[in-house]
Amino acid sequence: MIFEKLLSVYEAFYNAIVPERRYLAYINGLKITLVISLFAVLLGVAIGVVVAVVKVCGAHTRSSLMRFPAKLCDIYIAVIRGTPLMVQLLIIYNLIFTSRNTNPILVGTVCFGINSGAYVAEIVRAGINAVDIGQMEAGRSLGFPWLQTMWYIILPQAIKNILPALGNEFITLVKETSVASVIAVNDLTKNAQYIGSRTWDLIPPLLIAAAIYLVIVVLLSRLLGAFERRLAKGDRH
Amino acid sequence: MIVTKQLRKSFGNHEVLKGIDQHIRQGEKVVVIGPSGSGKSTFLRCLNLLEEPTGGEIWFEGVNITDRHNDINKMRRKMGMVFQQFNLFPHLTVTENITLAPIKLKKLPEEAAKERALELLRRIGLEEKASAYPNQLSGGQKQRIAIVRALAMDPDVMLFDEPTSALDPEMVGEVLELMRELAREGMTMVVVTHEMGFAREVANRVLFIDDGIVKEENEPGAFFDQPKDPRLQEFLSKVL
Repeated sequence: MIFEKLLSVYEAFYNAIVPERRYLAYINGLKITLVISLFAVLLGVAIGVVVAVVKVCGAHTRSSLMRFPAKLCDIYIAVIRGTPLMVQLLIIYNLIFTSRNTNPILVGTVCFGINSGAYVAEIVRAGINAVDIGQMEAGRSLGFPWLQTMWYIILPQAIKNILPALGNEFITLVKETSVASVIAVNDLTKNAQYIGSRTWDLIPPLLIAAAIYLVIVVLLSRLLGAFERRLAKGDRH
Repeated sequence: MIVTKQLRKSFGNHEVLKGIDQHIRQGEKVVVIGPSGSGKSTFLRCLNLLEEPTGGEIWFEGVNITDRHNDINKMRRKMGMVFQQFNLFPHLTVTENITLAPIKLKKLPEEAAKERALELLRRIGLEEKASAYPNQLSGGQKQRIAIVRALAMDPDVMLFDEPTSALDPEMVGEVLELMRELAREGMTMVVVTHEMGFAREVANRVLFIDDGIVKEENEPGAFFDQPKDPRLQEFLSKVL
């Protein structure tokens, strides 16, 4: 009885992996998931740093000329954080990239990057604000313009405050890319669904996909932990 | 060299500086004393516009630096500043702290900047700390390196904002000694401090700032021995 049950479970997983070289679909899906995550996080960091610096600058100036871009950044962050990721993805895919030969992977990367940028911006801003105000004063007193002081003196110190939270953002992003399957990106989730539709049994491929996400996330957390410990070493007096 | 005309500074409704007229000449050593909250630090920080004055003018080497059309970043290169909390850059080595501004702002070649930094470090006896990070240094060493960092830009004037107030007592001496040396070499200096002995010995002129105005100024002998202003008499009786 129990042996038969086990056998049928084994068969279900076997069918989800081996025939028609289905394991390749997981691997290819994972590749796309990782590519989207990696480039989205790079785009997100680039947007996030710029937005954070503009916001910090806007907060420390009295000229309305600099406050205007800071206001735009506020709006960007409010809109991105105030609307669901899936809706953003669908809007960008259907409305902005209307041409027939759009590459859904590119659309996904850009969309996740823009989305991530809003969260990264707040992380970076907090990291910048945690750097002692005396550092900015010391840089300015030597004759550095504001932006150069930011670049050479403040940001390198802010990175230490930023990295842990940035790592979490990266992990979140890896998981969130599963939403990309709604715009026909053949990522890990989409491929698992596809295999399920071929074998008439959705659960085994989805469990396999879940396991792969879990392994990636655990590996990433370990990596980040090791990295943080190395950074902390340089901190001791 | 530095002229302030009716210099005023308010934080919100609170007026900290209420019109200060001063003329600091080349080679002069001016020491500013006063009770805490009197505005003496604000006065010093206005001189290189770390605090933006809300009224009056500041002229440095014939240029009105309070005029927004003049590039304050250029002027600041000629005005070294030393802070109470040192403000060394913790992510850079001692050498990098000293060479960052000369390399990036004066476009000095890296080798030349390093050589100059080592020369300055040798002078203060800290050349073995060249590749150390600030958190490996004592307070006195940090402050001496902060002074050297400012000197590396070859400033025409040095501004000191309570340079020994954050130091353990046994480290005050080494920092004051370096400042004395600078004074002997003819550097123009403006020093906010509580070190009365230093003021008496090094200053050409001592200012007493209280309640946002200069209540009394004089050469140190007369300043400390025959103070006229009653607030100064009271202040000196407490600190001497």
